[in-house]
Amino acid sequence: MAKFDLNDDGVVVIVGSGAGGGTLGNELAQKGVKVVILEAGARNEIQDFVNNEWDSFTQLAWKDMRTTSGSWRVARDFPNLPAWIVKSVGGSTVHWAGASLRFEPHEFKIRSTYGAMPGANMLDWPITLAEMEPWYAKAENKMGVTRTNNIPGLPGNNNFKVLEAGAKKVGYKEVHTGRMAINSEPRDGRGSCQQIGFCFQGCKSGAKWSTLYAEIPKGEATGNLEVRPNSMVLKIEHDASGKVTAVVYADEAGKTQRQKARVVAVAGNSIESPRLLLNSASNAFPDGLANSSGQVGRNYMRHMTGSVYAVFDKSVHMYRGTTMAGIIRDEARHDPSRGFMGGYEMETLSLGLPFMAAFLNPGAWGRSFTSAMEQYPQMAGMWLVGEDLPQETNRVTLDSVAKDTFGLPVASVHYDDHPNDVAMRDHAYKQGCAVYESIGATATFPTPPYPSTHNMGTNRMSEKARDGVVNKFGQTHDIKNLFVSDGSQFTSSAACNPTLTIVALAVRQADHIAGAMQRKDI
Amino acid sequence: MREVDRRGKYSRRIFLQGAATAVPVVAVAASAGLGIEDAWANEATTLTPATMTTLVKVARDIYPHDFLVDSYYITAIKPWDGKAAKDPAVKAMIENGVQRLDQDAKDRHKAAYVQIPWETDRIALLQGIEQTDFFKSMRSDLVVSLYNQEALWPKFGYEGSSAEHGGYINRGFADIDWLPKA
Repeated sequence: MAKFDLNDDGVVVIVGSGAGGGTLGNELAQKGVKVVILEAGARNEIQDFVNNEWDSFTQLAWKDMRTTSGSWRVARDFPNLPAWIVKSVGGSTVHWAGASLRFEPHEFKIRSTYGAMPGANMLDWPITLAEMEPWYAKAENKMGVTRTNNIPGLPGNNNFKVLEAGAKKVGYKEVHTGRMAINSEPRDGRGSCQQIGFCFQGCKSGAKWSTLYAEIPKGEATGNLEVRPNSMVLKIEHDASGKVTAVVYADEAGKTQRQKARVVAVAGNSIESPRLLLNSASNAFPDGLANSSGQVGRNYMRHMTGSVYAVFDKSVHMYRGTTMAGIIRDEARHDPSRGFMGGYEMETLSLGLPFMAAFLNPGAWGRSFTSAMEQYPQMAGMWLVGEDLPQETNRVTLDSVAKDTFGLPVASVHYDDHPNDVAMRDHAYKQGCAVYESIGATATFPTPPYPSTHNMGTNRMSEKARDGVVNKFGQTHDIKNLFVSDGSQFTSSAACNPTLTIVALAVRQADHIAGAMQRKDI
Repeated sequence: MREVDRRGKYSRRIFLQGAATAVPVVAVAASAGLGIEDAWANEATTLTPATMTTLVKVARDIYPHDFLVDSYYITAIKPWDGKAAKDPAVKAMIENGVQRLDQDAKDRHKAAYVQIPWETDRIALLQGIEQTDFFKSMRSDLVVSLYNQEALWPKFGYEGSSAEHGGYINRGFADIDWLPKA
């Protein structure tokens, strides 16, 4: 395994080891580029994962202090937990559900498709679906996405069968067990899904793609990749010419280290990535690195979400088997006649009893709540996930009061639903309830959004430097050897789960970075 | 379909047997004039037995599950004694919270909170303190300390950890048999 010197200024330093950083690291290592990945979390491996929601949360979740504001209910229910994401090697690919969908063509062009809308800060991506298709194909192949590359779909569990029966009853057409980066048959040295459940707690069988065991070890095997866990990046430094030169981080012992770098790629997810750029402000860049547009931290998107749980008179046991292998895609289309722009997916979802208690209706108590809880084994559940619109005021900023253990301002996350998001959620709740009521649900619970699992947009891509933070390759407009490699690049959020697009962008970015390094452009 | 055996490992009988074997506790309980089922409350070192008993009643009223015996609520509440011992602010919050609740109860019903016979009347009192730190802390702690007890999961039809059993691939992940034919 490689071990690079702190003074080696030929390495690419990647901040974060999730879908963006972990993929980029392996891809670059495969091309012979020397890479150091700095990961804030510990290295928990498959054997360390636990099938227990709170224990796993303690083990994996990013629990460092954050603050919130805005009209979103998360700010009231979970004021210091705006996002449920992972602090561990592999990042949020450790707890992601595996849903791997491509954007629709219009989702790369929302400004020209939806037109101007009050309050929204819409922009077309500087890339199109046609340009992304080959990269999506590479990502799907790498991740082993079902229903692509002749990989069969996963078998449907009880929760899917309920969803499917209801969907057909109400006339939906596109219903299946999803495009999932979970092996339905052995592939790439990993076995097939054992229907364990607990997809969010780290896959104990390794059937689900994660950078932790599907990318990083391959990169390490080349001798070109070093992963340093428990390494919290504090600041990116630059020289007088404005090029970034080093990354300052706190190591396992809390000691400050400085890793020199030829290129820096930021992939700390959409809350930490802008925080790092803002915390790296200098005399030359008083508003933070790569922030000449003022867009760093802005346009925070977290998807229109919500869930519907439904109670039946007989058992479902929704928690058995793959958590999210089930989808209805009929509402994902763009059809303004429904009263909103963009669309949404309906995907199977289940929570264990402890998380159901915490998330069914946060703050609720008394018999109406406990009556619902007592129906747990007769519940089916779906997650509603749709496009939310970028708004300049939905924003990650540095908290003016709260500091982390290193004395740096923590991230403060502000989010207000756009009227379009609200209209979409109302529609989605209605349709979700209808699916279950059509086959005899005796009660339905429109469940409010959880802390954000999809975080996007805070360092967005733009054609023009004044409109965003990075160009079509994730390279910052302002600093040519500084890149952004996670979902914060997203110009729009689209209806679907973001991971496949993050991976496809990372594979494409690796190609770009390696080429630019070879040409000595960076 | 494979149903979940709802009989938990920890029945009321076993709990009481367990309590009965702890002789000193029983002796203390007897001397304090408490019933054997309240003996646990006397183990508290910082909060009074009466306070502990009220907290358990409050816990049941917040999340009432009639198929759960008191032992689950006791398990959920007990750590508050240790927290109160460590932090005077917590101790004050709980003691003041219970005191106010009892005062409200006496004002309206001329009885302490635990003596009010109807749940509806107790709920009305809890609604009166819903915005206090005392109530909010109790509830937000309880939603974890109650529902995260593995011993009660079978009673809710939840099976818990599955990887060590080979997942559900051969244990009913797709055994639903009552859906209308698609």
